[in-house]
Amino acid sequence: MITAHLLTQLRTIVPGPRNVLVSPEDLLAYGFDGTWYESAPLAVVLPQTAAQISELHKLATRERIPLTPRAMGSGLSGGSIPLGASIVLNIMRMNRILEIDEVNQVAVVEPGVITADLQRAVEAKGLFYPPDPSSLRQSALGGNVAENAGGARCLKYGVTRDYVSALEVVLPTGEIIRTGGKMVKNVTGYDLRGLFTGAEGTLGTISQITLRLLSKPRYSATATAAFARIEDAAGAVTAIMSSGIVPTSIELMDRLTMECVEASAPCGLPVHNEALLLFAVDGNYEAIVTSELEAIAQTARSAGAGEVRVARTPEESARLWNARRSISPALARRRPNKLGEDISVPRSAIVPMIRAIREIAARHALAIPVFGHAGDGNLHPNILCDRKDAAEMARVRLAAREIFEAALALGGTLSGEHGIGLLKKQFLEADLGPDVLALMRRIKDAIDPAGIMNPGKIFPDPGGPDAFRL
Amino acid sequence: MTEPDAPKRGFSGADIPAESVYNQCVRCGLCLPTCPTYVETLVETSSPRGRIALIKAVAEGRLDLTSPGFMHQMSECLDCRACEAVCPSGVAYGSLLEAARTQIERATVRSQPDSRKLVRAFALEALFSNLGLMRIVAWFLRLYQRSGLQALARSTGLLRALGLEKLEAMAPRISDRFFIPSGQNWQSTAPQRKLTAFMHAGCVMHVAFAEVNEATVRVLRRSGCDVIAPADQGCCGAIAVHAGDLDLGRELAKRNIVAFERSGADIYAINAAGCGSSLKEYGHLFAEDPGWSARAAAFSAKVRDITELLDELGLDRAGLGRIDAVVTYQEPCHLAHAQRIAAAPRRLLAQIPGLVLREMEESSLCCGSAGIYNITQPEMAEELQARKIRNILAVDPGLVATANPGCQLQVSAGIVKAGKTIPVKHIVQLIDESYAAGGLR
Repeated sequence: MITAHLLTQLRTIVPGPRNVLVSPEDLLAYGFDGTWYESAPLAVVLPQTAAQISELHKLATRERIPLTPRAMGSGLSGGSIPLGASIVLNIMRMNRILEIDEVNQVAVVEPGVITADLQRAVEAKGLFYPPDPSSLRQSALGGNVAENAGGARCLKYGVTRDYVSALEVVLPTGEIIRTGGKMVKNVTGYDLRGLFTGAEGTLGTISQITLRLLSKPRYSATATAAFARIEDAAGAVTAIMSSGIVPTSIELMDRLTMECVEASAPCGLPVHNEALLLFAVDGNYEAIVTSELEAIAQTARSAGAGEVRVARTPEESARLWNARRSISPALARRRPNKLGEDISVPRSAIVPMIRAIREIAARHALAIPVFGHAGDGNLHPNILCDRKDAAEMARVRLAAREIFEAALALGGTLSGEHGIGLLKKQFLEADLGPDVLALMRRIKDAIDPAGIMNPGKIFPDPGGPDAFRL
Repeated sequence: MTEPDAPKRGFSGADIPAESVYNQCVRCGLCLPTCPTYVETLVETSSPRGRIALIKAVAEGRLDLTSPGFMHQMSECLDCRACEAVCPSGVAYGSLLEAARTQIERATVRSQPDSRKLVRAFALEALFSNLGLMRIVAWFLRLYQRSGLQALARSTGLLRALGLEKLEAMAPRISDRFFIPSGQNWQSTAPQRKLTAFMHAGCVMHVAFAEVNEATVRVLRRSGCDVIAPADQGCCGAIAVHAGDLDLGRELAKRNIVAFERSGADIYAINAAGCGSSLKEYGHLFAEDPGWSARAAAFSAKVRDITELLDELGLDRAGLGRIDAVVTYQEPCHLAHAQRIAAAPRRLLAQIPGLVLREMEESSLCCGSAGIYNITQPEMAEELQARKIRNILAVDPGLVATANPGCQLQVSAGIVKAGKTIPVKHIVQLIDESYAAGGLR
């Protein structure tokens, strides 16, 4: 329980009603994220300015109190779960779009702006913020930057990191630093924007973000191709990427995934096929967009696609992409729980990776639907399970480990976009190797000497098996 | 705050929030941006995801059922069902909330002050259950309103002195005539008779919005319906269900089910979105009662909101006259979210010549009326009302259209507070006025 003294200190730093929360209900409500883990915090603070965040950091560093920065808490790796009786630092009150600079094509935002809200605001001015994590209607930009969020459009447009033009970060020791600016090119000193983007809240709290924007492409088109064999689908991806066309996205849904989506919100997915590829193309010239989509359809057919369909209307397109974004929650209807993975392999390894996942699923008698960003090799195998079934969970842990090992063996990595958080930290050394891990720890210790920023995330606990296991 | 290791009171008896329902929640958070109380507070606890976590905690013995924070959250929720409408996992949130409220009500009934018990008993069990009594109260209220007494009470500050100013302001203006269902039978005025509709006269509707009911009958007849209004109907039970009295809700439901069965009508027509969503959920109300569940489900399958019914039957387009105005549509939560009816009302408005629909921002974000919410949670209701009025004024309409008496009252009162005079009408009233402007055929 929080001491009266600390409570007073927090209320002094962030005055006002409902800005410091300590009731049992509030603590329960801020203890979870988009995974099934939870851990109640000591308190929840909702600051409104970088200065307040700075005071909180200074207090935490001085008193050795852990802090867990949190935006919307929709993450999929446990990054915003407050461990060790930490204080949740919820930035959602900082939710203004400060500026949309049309000449320089940047937007300056506070971290609590919902991604879809920014996209709507800039698109009204003919601009475009491409990164589209599936959670974009509810996740906030601060969380997106902390996790270096991806999305389907990353194939063509790149990830969140590629759009971070400037950051204002409050360091664990309280300094408010600004790095970057509105300029296009910047190689002055070390790339701190790259360091903080994807740091999962372990190096500081992001208090302001300047995001690069593009011009909104005038046309887009969507098509689907169904494959009797998933290997043919993977082969089609390679063929399309080599053909000189850069689609906006190529998304994959396997049969089990399609069945779950159809059961939840039917939209006519061809569930009798082993795999469905969903393509999008965009651009400024309608004729080119149409031709490129037609060329993709042709390549897919040559690679073994059965039914190829081009979406005729924007509504049809929207329906397909909505289905794609709803996969994750649709899987929840099938079994009580799921362990979603996010492995990222070189494109050349997509076929062997999918084969490995199926083999692991069969051997452990588990249902593992696979979907994801086939175009860039970032797949989401989801192990469906029931947390209450201890025997099944033992098999789930083995299967998860084997999936990671298979990904690493194929030259891939643990996470393409969800981050390490809690879920993958025990495998980190196997992926990075001891030297890189040690280097990352040195950086962490240098920036956060008191070790208060989001403890228990990313780094495996030193000296032996983790206290926190799957 | 309870000690961490004190035994926590959980759910018990009938009407427990179902584990299979709350376990559907994967905590994706998609519900948060659609939740009016979350959007106003930006606090997770005041969100569907947060409330589900609290319900789960009570079920699992980690939080006490009668913990003040839990009871507050179950009350602060508007039950607007916006979260259900967007939830990709299909969590039936409304059923969790209503069960939780019933559990709380049962657990706290003994500790409530007698005055509260008395008021609740009067309001729920007497007033809403006995429409004759409601008409008597309404008669006195009309006398108070028309006689000059209300003007006097307001202007002399008497109401403020008694602490009744806000409550009094919320009381609807009682209609000149009541719409009393007494077995009336109106014939279709269209060339074709398509079906017989049982007209649900409602409780507040029949004394404060009688003119809407009258317009409903005229418009239905013009679309080919014989309309009947049997006397043995009653309140739909929504207020009871939302207030955590599922047992009373069931009693009231049975009355309407029986009345409909006896009437032999094809369709049960309702012009109040809040009532409509409850009527369509009678099947769920009796899910645990084998004697009634099939009858209730059959009843619910025949319920139609007036907007979807008219959209299906079609209007008499040639007879629609001009209403030259810019209108904005205030979407009742229980139509848009609970019944997923959003296109039909707009299609109806589009058919009225001269009417220009200008959509407001957050058109389906709850206005704060939510049944008796503006009595139980006045501050939040007022914040949401102000937000709704800001959104309405931003599109500068000449008219506001809606499909629920609660919204009509809340928005009208909000417009008055803002010092404006924009009329708020039910869609069926606008259609009726359009027919009147169209003249005789």
